[in-house]
Amino acid sequence: MTLDLLRFTTAGSVDDGKSTLIGRLLYDSKQVLDDQLEHVALASERRGGEGTLDLALLTDGLRAEREQGITIDVAYRYFATAKRRFIIADCPGHHQYTRNMVTGASTADVSVVLLDARRGVLEQSKRHAFISALLGIPHMIVAINKMDLVDYSQERFEELVEEFEGFAAKLSRGPGKLSAGSEQASPRPEMTYIPISALNGDNVVERSELMPWYDGPAHPVLLDVLEQVDVAYDHPYDRPARFPVQWVIRPSGGIGVNGNGSSSDYRGYSGQLASGALRLGEEVAVLPGGGRSRIAAIDTYDGELEEAMAPMSLTLRLEDELDISRGEMICRPEEVPVVAQEIEADICWMDEKPLRAGSRYLVKHTSRSAMAVVDEIGEIVDVHTLERDAPPLELALNDIARVRLRTSAPLVFDPYTSNRRTGSFILIDESSNRTVGAGMITDAT
Amino acid sequence: MSVAARPQLSHLRALESEAIHVMREVAAEFERPVLLFSGGKDSIVLLRLAEKAFRPAPFPFPLMHVDTGHNFPEVIEFRDRRVAELGERLIVASVQESIDSGRAVEEKGPRASRNRLQTVTLLDAIAQHGFDAAFGGARRDEERARAKERVFSFRDEFGQWDPKSQRPELWNLYNGRIHKGENVRVFPLSNWTELDVWEYIDSEQLEVPSIYFAHEREVFSRDGMLYAWRDGTELIDGEKVFNETVRYRTVGDMSCTGGVRSQAQTLEEVVLEIAATRITERGETRADDRVSEAAMEDRKKAGYF
Repeated sequence: MTLDLLRFTTAGSVDDGKSTLIGRLLYDSKQVLDDQLEHVALASERRGGEGTLDLALLTDGLRAEREQGITIDVAYRYFATAKRRFIIADCPGHHQYTRNMVTGASTADVSVVLLDARRGVLEQSKRHAFISALLGIPHMIVAINKMDLVDYSQERFEELVEEFEGFAAKLSRGPGKLSAGSEQASPRPEMTYIPISALNGDNVVERSELMPWYDGPAHPVLLDVLEQVDVAYDHPYDRPARFPVQWVIRPSGGIGVNGNGSSSDYRGYSGQLASGALRLGEEVAVLPGGGRSRIAAIDTYDGELEEAMAPMSLTLRLEDELDISRGEMICRPEEVPVVAQEIEADICWMDEKPLRAGSRYLVKHTSRSAMAVVDEIGEIVDVHTLERDAPPLELALNDIARVRLRTSAPLVFDPYTSNRRTGSFILIDESSNRTVGAGMITDAT
Repeated sequence: MSVAARPQLSHLRALESEAIHVMREVAAEFERPVLLFSGGKDSIVLLRLAEKAFRPAPFPFPLMHVDTGHNFPEVIEFRDRRVAELGERLIVASVQESIDSGRAVEEKGPRASRNRLQTVTLLDAIAQHGFDAAFGGARRDEERARAKERVFSFRDEFGQWDPKSQRPELWNLYNGRIHKGENVRVFPLSNWTELDVWEYIDSEQLEVPSIYFAHEREVFSRDGMLYAWRDGTELIDGEKVFNETVRYRTVGDMSCTGGVRSQAQTLEEVVLEIAATRITERGETRADDRVSEAAMEDRKKAGYF
């Protein structure tokens, strides 16, 4: 199965050409409409860009962003080609907006990391690459931009590829593990390097004639890669089935449903298949309760299915009457996830009020909520050098560190490196109700 | 019922599944949600998604329409018929009543619109019924401020959106926690485009109000848009009423929604027209967004959808 919907993330500030690149993708794939173009032309002129079209102005949406010439928050952009539909999470690159970069990266299949060919591998590109890897994005495209300003030099391109490869070797490591035991290394993303000029459109959508040394099928242009890479849901049979129950359908009389008998004895467990596939008649286990049954029906509004696969939303009926409620996980008995109340996770802290050991938060994980206490803060990542430092006393806004948590109820999870949907959680401050942390579970402790 | 063959997931079905997931999260985590149904194409899609999320049970929330009193009669007729078919409950919040009770003041002059007044009526109805979550059909591709908005868009007790301090929204984990008096606007169609909406309506064979298809109507031209003429419309110097074959790309107030010249009479023809269009739907048809570079951002900050 191939899903023709791809999510990718970009990050950076105005001067590295990120917005220009997105503008170029939208413009060259003919997704910019006349009134938007007119708008950009007017705004470009107002800002003094005489006669030129500042494609970057297509993407910055808020008044403050246009005034200050920066991207503050994630913006989502949409375009389509004959092969795929694309969702771009366009993120700010500056350190103070790290949390927004994490947000945009959380759902992406691909990250496009931009380098300025003149300036080389700067801190911001490294941070984006690090966060992309930490958030488990499987593919990374390093777009070496502004090749027009280095005379389309192959030598410069190869120099930068080598430099970035040296840095990328470190990407598979997150913060160090707190408890003893072997570290589960996150897989290194698959890398593609492409020399481009977003300004002139070289190797973005159209192949550049100015870089004949970058040619042939082994050297795809940016859009080719985006159209061809696998997305997370492409291989449902290779992954364990995970079905977090979101909602129980039990009609109290009233509207009937075709062929499902009288609606009064209908009891269906609704949710979205987070990974894998499930078949009619298969034996299932329900966690953390531990009940067993078989799938009696896979219901959708459009009829019953013999088989369902991620990321479909559906309703399961089971052969036995189990008392299942929201927050429980349905899976196959031979491939169960971890059930634990003490976990280790990498946390990106997102709030002005710092995280301290001993603090309590609400944790939201799959369709389950519980209270969590921070037992210990481990090594922190210096987001400037990307080196690991000794455990701090507290985590400030945008800090990323390893943390040990205890929860009031068991969580049913997989390590984030093997399943992004069942390995992720958010922390909510109960007094402010703000989302204060993003967590990626590494293991039970 | 026949058992379907091995499922294939197109991007439309992936978007559908994501939206159903969002709707079930809201049903599970809020006390009193409501679904805003205008009779427009986006909210028509929301109703089908609600059927897919909750049938065979009734919807776990009522429907609500903010009626400006300036709606197209064809849309009101459609609204009532669709609600009756579904057997669900509809609340009508009336802008006219807000004006009559002095809560809102009618704009004057030939360019008067009730667009801004809707916000008063909407916020009053949310407070009166104690709604803590309201589904809307807004999409991020519509407009630049919307491109920045979360799926769960938090609003303070004044209904205001603060674009600079939105809650981070990661993976598919939505934070719906609020204090009393606050609410969350929820946009299950956030990642859909206008073309997706029409392709979905076509694939589901959903009925839409007749004004979405080409029809002959009395119109007048203003600021490059074709507005429907109705009794009481004040014309400005030189404007003339004439007959034109038009259709509507959006359904808003008659006073601020322009028609487009079109011959599209079927869903397939509408899909083809949208796929080929060179102008955004809001740019082409909505006077309310043309006021300034940040018109939508300003209205959302005041509590608009």
